[in-house]
Amino acid sequence: MYSKKVMDHFSNPRNVGEIEKPSGEGTVGNPACGDIMKLTIKVEDDKITDVKFKTFGCGAAIATSSMVTELVKGKNLDDADSISNDTVAEALDGLPPVKMHCSNLAADALHAAIENYKETHPAKK
Amino acid sequence: MEKIYIDHNATTPLDHEVLDEMLPFLRDDWGNPSSVHWAARGPKAAMDTARERVAALLNCAPLEVVFTATGTEGDNHAIKGVALAKKNKGNHIITTVVEHPAVLNTCKYLEKEGFAVTYLKVDAMGRLDLDELRAAIRPETILISIMYANNETGVIFPIDEIGEIAREKGIVFHTDAVQAVGKIPIDVKTLKVDLLTLSGHKLYGPKGTGALFVRRGVRLVPLMHGGHQERNRRGGTENVAGLVGLGKACEMANESMEENVKHMSGLRDRLEKGIAAKIPDIKINGDVEHRLPNTANISFEYVEGESLLLGLDMMGVAASSGSACTSGSLEPSHVLLAMSLSHEMSHGSVRFSFGKDNTEAEIDYIIEVMPPIVERMRSMSPLYAGAK
Repeated sequence: MYSKKVMDHFSNPRNVGEIEKPSGEGTVGNPACGDIMKLTIKVEDDKITDVKFKTFGCGAAIATSSMVTELVKGKNLDDADSISNDTVAEALDGLPPVKMHCSNLAADALHAAIENYKETHPAKK
Repeated sequence: MEKIYIDHNATTPLDHEVLDEMLPFLRDDWGNPSSVHWAARGPKAAMDTARERVAALLNCAPLEVVFTATGTEGDNHAIKGVALAKKNKGNHIITTVVEHPAVLNTCKYLEKEGFAVTYLKVDAMGRLDLDELRAAIRPETILISIMYANNETGVIFPIDEIGEIAREKGIVFHTDAVQAVGKIPIDVKTLKVDLLTLSGHKLYGPKGTGALFVRRGVRLVPLMHGGHQERNRRGGTENVAGLVGLGKACEMANESMEENVKHMSGLRDRLEKGIAAKIPDIKINGDVEHRLPNTANISFEYVEGESLLLGLDMMGVAASSGSACTSGSLEPSHVLLAMSLSHEMSHGSVRFSFGKDNTEAEIDYIIEVMPPIVERMRSMSPLYAGAK
């Protein structure tokens, strides 16, 4: 039911973990729906230089988390902010329809982390 | 890669002996059993034998066996059939919150049609409170429908005691025994059930076959109006080959019942012990004293079930989960939630259901591959980091 890319990111997820003293962090999802994602980012000169994730969730949740970290690493904040859940799903060659809403939260976690960074670093904005 | 099937509550492989008995009725003996001529004789005789074999497994009369196409059909036939036959007597039905959707959704449909339904709760071990059942009975209660054994946890309900209560009050009692028939001995001669549903593909028979036991004297409105087949209880030309397979599967289950029970419960205990010894923070769900010999339902804290299943699948192991992600809905298992498990623990459950052909070596393989899978998922889980 999953694409090869999803299974690749599920089996070998990129950037698992948590950045110590991150520039920003975002957590989305809830236990009721079975997906919780925590994304931590390191920002230098408006650029995301490092990103890590931790996820409780199904195969799609883990694969989207992993994919979003690959997509944003090295990007400036504005470019990163334009990444949507659909961008992530497309980069994984699609997700099963039932997963599009429940387990496709990685971009939301990213936006939450960027938001958190901006809030805690107002001088930079 | 080794391939291990440990999901027998979902479906069982078709036994090759069963297939061998079926093939002639697909190839050569294709007649309509209702005809009067030579082409009907083989199929007709085979249907009679199949019915006798199903009856022998349940210890009922062959005339009390109505063939169906699925367990879902049997449940629908029993529940709607009684509701319609008794609607002038009352409109109240009692069932439980942990039934299979075939029962739950049939009851929900009847609610829309003006029937009232009481859904009995279960405790943390998945058990019913029979006092709650007694209290739920009203003068207008016409049907009690309670499953024999739960498909997710394997918990067995006290069917005999429930039947006693129903009979005392003159209420028809149906049990969805799809997960129990063939796995544990069932004798309807002594068991106080009026209607009992079974399915062929859960006991090494073919898909598309099932039966409903209808105790003599119980009135049911048919689901399928049509010809005189099944003594006017179910119209439609019979699935002869399939029903021959169902009969053979019942005969085989009957013959090796004791041996299978011992074998499967041995495997289940071996798996549970092995996993408990190697993986911390797990919970075995359900009343372990009263459950099917073949079912183990285990929650792995801090991780989600579908990702565990994918991890197992990559190692060749087929199991299932109470996670929402495997049910196509957003809610995790209604059975585990009804047992007051947290959402996380419900999402993190895996059901292992054993079959007669599983081996100890297969169980040992699972015990070996499971810890690294759980460990990997936990290392990724924000819940685990928070808890440790």
